[in-house]
Amino acid sequence: MTFTEPLLSVVDLTMTFPGRRRSAPVRAVDGVTFHVAAGETLGLVGESGCGKSTTGRMIVRLLEPTAGSVTYDGRDISHLSQRELKPLRQDLQMVFQDPHSSLNPRQTVARIISDPLLVQGGSAADARKRVAELMELVGLIPEHIDRYPHEFSGGQAQRIGIARALATGPRLVVADEPVSALDVSVQAQIVNLMDRLQRELGLAYLFIAHDLSVVKRVCDRVAVMYLGRIVEIGPKERVYAAPAHPYTRALLSAVPLPDPAAERARERITLHGDLPSPAAPPPGCAFHPRCPKAQEVCRTGTPALRRMEPGAARQVACHFPEAA
Amino acid sequence: MGAPEPVLSVRDLTVTFPTPHGPVRAVDGLGFDVRRGETLGIVGESGSGKSVTSLAVMGLHTGASVSGSISLGGRELTGLPERELNRLRGRKMAMIFQDPLSSLHPYYTVGEQIAEHHRVHFGSGRKAARERAVEALAEVGIPDPRRRAREYPHQFSGGMRQRVMIAMALVCEPDLLLADEPTTALDVTVQAQILELIARVQEERGLAVIMITHDLGVVARVAHEVLVMYGGRAVERADVDTLFAVPAHPYTRGLLDSLPRLDDSDDEPLRAIPGSPPSLLAPAPGCAFAPRCPRLADAPAQERARCETELPLLDGPAGLPQVLDSSPKLSASFEQGGPPCTGGTPMVACHFPAYEGVAP
Ligand SMILES: Nc1ncnc2c1ncn2[C@@H]1O[C@H](COP(=O)(O)OP(=O)(O)O)[C@@H](O)[C@H]1O
Ligand SMILES: Nc1ncnc2c1ncn2[C@@H]1O[C@H](COP(=O)(O)OP(=O)(O)O)[C@@H](O)[C@H]1O
Ligand code: SF4
Ligand code: SF4
Ligand SMILES: [Mg+2]
Ligand SMILES: [Mg+2]
Repeated sequence: MTFTEPLLSVVDLTMTFPGRRRSAPVRAVDGVTFHVAAGETLGLVGESGCGKSTTGRMIVRLLEPTAGSVTYDGRDISHLSQRELKPLRQDLQMVFQDPHSSLNPRQTVARIISDPLLVQGGSAADARKRVAELMELVGLIPEHIDRYPHEFSGGQAQRIGIARALATGPRLVVADEPVSALDVSVQAQIVNLMDRLQRELGLAYLFIAHDLSVVKRVCDRVAVMYLGRIVEIGPKERVYAAPAHPYTRALLSAVPLPDPAAERARERITLHGDLPSPAAPPPGCAFHPRCPKAQEVCRTGTPALRRMEPGAARQVACHFPEAA
Repeated sequence: MGAPEPVLSVRDLTVTFPTPHGPVRAVDGLGFDVRRGETLGIVGESGSGKSVTSLAVMGLHTGASVSGSISLGGRELTGLPERELNRLRGRKMAMIFQDPLSSLHPYYTVGEQIAEHHRVHFGSGRKAARERAVEALAEVGIPDPRRRAREYPHQFSGGMRQRVMIAMALVCEPDLLLADEPTTALDVTVQAQILELIARVQEERGLAVIMITHDLGVVARVAHEVLVMYGGRAVERADVDTLFAVPAHPYTRGLLDSLPRLDDSDDEPLRAIPGSPPSLLAPAPGCAFAPRCPRLADAPAQERARCETELPLLDGPAGLPQVLDSSPKLSASFEQGGPPCTGGTPMVACHFPAYEGVAP
């Protein structure tokens, strides 16, 4: 392992939303720490409401963290103003889940993809040329440059979203559920596209998704979130083959496998109950009301995210982790 | 093996919507059976006609013309007067949807709604119906059912709401449960709970279940028999083991190949199906999958012409049984305890089907 400075460092990142009306404030993200190296993919998984999108939005600074820091390329960007952020925008881009609703329906593809270029102060003619190149790069037909989003299928619209994110030559792309809204047959196209772009352009991804099979396919390392916190993080081979946190185990065992024989042979851990509200997280280990391994200490003591053993790449937040 | 009488039998179901751009045939010539205690999985991508099919079975289409035969417990439903249909709907067959909120009234407690449903179909008294509602909530695993019966839908989580819908469906003791993407909006741990619940009540009551989903994993987990839809038509129908081990239709095979899997090596790129699902507005004369079909791409011109002009019908092709017998993956699957399906021979709608199995 080389100890070069990571491209992105997130330390104790926290987001507390004020409660709507008279309800309690929501700590959507609660002290999240991780790093992303240049050119690598970190997968971020967890069930809805666990704080994945909020984490992603703080990293690209669509949201300002209420505590903790985001360091990009050695610079703390947690509290930069919009004006200070402007030059950074070319480096840090985001791809969203719903391809159609994230594209302005009244703008042509040329306009949508060139917008970030023009914001950075390029000429219109250069921008148009670059848009055609980008369309080709993401597998769209450059002749369709003057069409509107509704003329494209969901998969093609997601390609437009990716081309827009790539326009300024970013080094880090936060992709928030980029294939979740797509049909399986189209999902695979976009996953392959993102894979190829990463290799060709040396991109780093923070790949957010709730689908563990997709994340396994795309990432180098994976972080599992539960109620605003990371419960396990490590190299994907290890986490998937031998999950150490009871929640990771349950999550993996709940994923239906497209193989009837394997499904029948499988022993499943069924969790009881629902996800608690992040406005009123359980004390101690937030997973304890649903955890099959919970002990008395879990009700009171919050487990910190710790290395499985000294020097290990994998970290887990549990008083009784499974042996690695 | 003598197959038991199907609870539901659908033949040549066709549903056409009039639209400003011309008629849209959303479902075309569909046929299937579901038996007591069995689950038919209907799988397909968005727009393939799954929901239109389930609404047709429930007799819920208003603006569309529906033809073909839908027979429930031996009784023909098409052409039945609305009042009769209303009586059967909910009583003999019940449906649950992806979004329970769309079928629950926000201003009544869930207990009142389930009780009302029971009263309408059984003419039961208020008190008895309320008791039945509480029992039904208990049966679907809602803790503290008596108290929860007095709460409103918005006070329930997504998973609990789906349980409420299942309770409502079961309170009239139907023979058939139609579940249209019942877990698509739920998280995977909650999905597992709901699928387990459906399996349990199915076993206890011998329910026939139609599980509609886009998720091949869900189908593999719950279905006995599977119908794959593409562009409003059935492209393949087989027992679950055969379908997953030796998919015969290039589309089924493409779907299985394109899935990222937990038990995969991750090294090779996914085998994506090129292109996107077909438009129903201007259906091609031949096979709807032709523009995306890899088998067609490699075929000689003459075969290509056939695919592009002649509609393939759902058929059990000759030679299938031998291929099935010699599939090691399939026999392993059967030995391992897979239920041989009562639905008959696998069928495929393709001019050039091949039984080559999923890519290793
Ligand atoms: N703008 C907001 N105001 C208040 N609460 C919010 C806001 N955005 C998200 N939340 C809450 O924060 C939690 C985490 O949300 P999110 O990051 O979107 O989760 P995920 O992407 O993992 O599904 C949820 O409980 C959500 O309701
Ligand atoms: N009321 C309607 N009018 C016109 N077209 C419709 C209507 N309802 C559904 N369709 C069309 O029928 C096709 C199948 O839809 P549906 O059964 O909802 O697909 P899915 O398989 O995703 O459930 C879609 O292409 C849809 O556009
Ligand atoms: S700390 Fe306790 S409750 Fe939390 S995951 Fe570990 S064993 Fe379960
Ligand atoms: S009929 Fe022809 S085009 Fe259609 S699936 Fe079969 S081989 Fe492909
Ligand atoms: Mg999200
Ligand atoms: Mg549908």
